[in-house]
Amino acid sequence: MKIGVFVCHCGTNIAATVDVEKVAQEAAKLPKVFFATDYKYMCSDPGQNLVKEAIAKHSLDRIVVASCSPSLHEKTFRICVEAAGINPYLIEMANIREHCSWVHHDREKATAKAIELVRLAVAKVSCNRPLQKTYVPVEKRVLVIGGGISGIQAAIDISFAKYPVVMVEREPSIGGRMARFDKTFPTLDCAACILTPKMVTVAQSKYVTIHTYSEIEEVTGHVGDFTVKIRKKSRCVDLRKCTGCGACFAKCPVKVPSEFDLGLGMRKAIYVPFPQAVPNIPVIDRRNCLYFKTKKCGLCKKACLAEAIDFEIQDEIIEQKFGAIIVATGFTQFDHSVYGEYGYGKFKDVITGLHFERMVNSSGPTAGKIIRPSDGKEVKDVVFIQCVGSRDEQKGMSYCSRLCCMYTAKHALLLKEHNPDSQAYVFYIDIRAAGKNYEEFVKKVQDEYGAVYLRGRVSRIFEKGGKLIVKGADTLSGSQIEIKADLVVLATGLVAQEEAVKLAQMLHIPYDKNNLYTEAHPKLAPVETITSGVFLTGACQSPKDIPDTVATASAASVKALGLLIQDKLEREPLIAKVDNKLCSSCQACIKACPFNAIEPEEIEDRQLKRKRIVAKVIEGVCAGCGNCTAVCRMSAIDLEGFSNRQIMEEIEAL
Amino acid sequence: MTEKKNWEPKIVAFLCNWCSYAGADLAGTSRMEYPPNVRIIRVPCSGRMNPLFVIKCLMKGADGVLISGCHINDCHYSEGNFYARRRFAVLKKLLEYTGIDPRRFQMSWVSASEGDKWAKVVRELVDEIKSAGPNRLVDRQTHSAEV
Repeated sequence: MKIGVFVCHCGTNIAATVDVEKVAQEAAKLPKVFFATDYKYMCSDPGQNLVKEAIAKHSLDRIVVASCSPSLHEKTFRICVEAAGINPYLIEMANIREHCSWVHHDREKATAKAIELVRLAVAKVSCNRPLQKTYVPVEKRVLVIGGGISGIQAAIDISFAKYPVVMVEREPSIGGRMARFDKTFPTLDCAACILTPKMVTVAQSKYVTIHTYSEIEEVTGHVGDFTVKIRKKSRCVDLRKCTGCGACFAKCPVKVPSEFDLGLGMRKAIYVPFPQAVPNIPVIDRRNCLYFKTKKCGLCKKACLAEAIDFEIQDEIIEQKFGAIIVATGFTQFDHSVYGEYGYGKFKDVITGLHFERMVNSSGPTAGKIIRPSDGKEVKDVVFIQCVGSRDEQKGMSYCSRLCCMYTAKHALLLKEHNPDSQAYVFYIDIRAAGKNYEEFVKKVQDEYGAVYLRGRVSRIFEKGGKLIVKGADTLSGSQIEIKADLVVLATGLVAQEEAVKLAQMLHIPYDKNNLYTEAHPKLAPVETITSGVFLTGACQSPKDIPDTVATASAASVKALGLLIQDKLEREPLIAKVDNKLCSSCQACIKACPFNAIEPEEIEDRQLKRKRIVAKVIEGVCAGCGNCTAVCRMSAIDLEGFSNRQIMEEIEAL
Repeated sequence: MTEKKNWEPKIVAFLCNWCSYAGADLAGTSRMEYPPNVRIIRVPCSGRMNPLFVIKCLMKGADGVLISGCHINDCHYSEGNFYARRRFAVLKKLLEYTGIDPRRFQMSWVSASEGDKWAKVVRELVDEIKSAGPNRLVDRQTHSAEV
């Protein structure tokens, strides 16, 4: 055995705190180590050539690279040594950057630790076995979770490549948040005019199947072969029979606040959320429907000439296989009720930006009139408060929601256009208008539309004489401000969906402290997750505006298509294996396996001269967690790449 | 292991690949300083951890052993950390029974986005092991062998 050790400087990232030359010198003294050297950038082309040349020159057969985290460059060096004729699983990495040079300042101690980490890696690699990659077939179908603009864009992009897509949307219609908007910044495109054509495209595509009013129940499997259970909730309306005529909701006697209009308008108990809904098929809200409450009524059923309404229709579970999954579940609004000083809930005329969006929308509950929700009067003085829930570590989220500066500017502009006599006041902390033509847009709103921007926070809002008195500070002039407003609009931030964690747990993707999904790498793998085959797009990952959302949707589609066009997928052979000679057929591993990847197998035992049962690992199913190894009392089952011997050797080398 | 004035504990940490190892990577990327006493061994899942690995570390003279995995319910392999939690609750009792200071063996749950938590876990662990003092298991063994 001839082990080669290659220590990387990573420029000064490692070399500044770790004496890399000393690490290489010490490594050379280790048993079985035949060659050790250091180099400025081991991952660079010359660095990799150095490894390849050393392998050829010294006929090395195992390699240790002491550099960054294996999550970053293990693959790089596997390919590198493979090109030099070594099995790619005969390398190990010593993480002397993330786990050493970047977290310690004491050069002497950091160097000592780096030497030890290299010693561990050398001990481990000496027990590595050459492994062969396994291949699994790819299911040529993509699941898109979420039917907002990001999900729609992703589905369209994939359907253009002629691969089948299944889109799952929780609400009765696709369209998501964007369907509620009036105009989009900074071009003032009408949101519906640019969204609804896409909704129609996706609905008419023969490659796209849309399941609205549906939710993900269970996800199993792995990249190339996910099995997903989708619960198609009962609408009580037969999708095949319904013609979308609307006779049913015209007859329905029940009126409840519309979720789509955030309670500003009313809807029936059988309803289509908005007129441009896709599919244009109503759904019965069982909680409010008189038939479900009292077993009487049934007016809608009588009104339906197509006989599409059936109160007995049950939820349906669809089970389907997918090669890749795109998560496009979007965001929800920050719950601003924590800001008692703004009086939301107490004063009807304190609303959120999304309420304003519905009001200013010509197809909205007020037909585009901006009025006071309390008395229906036209508004004149409107106060906008930015950063509600954003950039506030005490009460809200620490991050900037990125869009509120822009949508507030848009609202101020639309206010002036709808009510030319009105005046907008905007309280802000900073204006963050980084985007193409964004800064210009905000300036236009200030200069041409006369919006007054006040840098400071609002301390209190109270009602007096039918007006809302807004007390705040203008920190630029150092004065106290008091505005008699007709309407107050809160620019609430964007937060993760309530059920974000539940879905993350089903998909095995990580999420951060704000429950936003975490990408595989913030710069170099922004739409991938660490679970291969699961991709992210849109605001489920971090607050994003429409251009960014659409861009990430296309990016995620390309990544998914990149998987689908392959005939078969490479799988890491780091899976469990059984030594039949040692297996005592206790079957504890079968019970411990979270993936049902182990099954009993009957073998002919030549020593005992009879048949007996042993455990057998199903190659395509085993995910390589190693839970089975810990329950095996005979040590008959072991995990390639993290074998008992490898770990024991590492401990021995401490 | 002989006790010196400037004795520094040696701690072995077994980190699951998906959460805690990535969390420790993030601590590095975010340049969060913590004491250099911990040696990280990567395992795919906390459920991979055989109790023998912990015992072997202590026999080898490690002053402390840490197992860190994904938060409960967030395991990359669905259930691995449930197994680990149970397995090591038992082991902790056993170690205590054999006279090993329970502070020497600990578990933590650190996610891939909790670089700050990882740094904190290490700082606190090092402090605790320092207060527990050096692991004399090896000394005791050699001593009894001499007798």
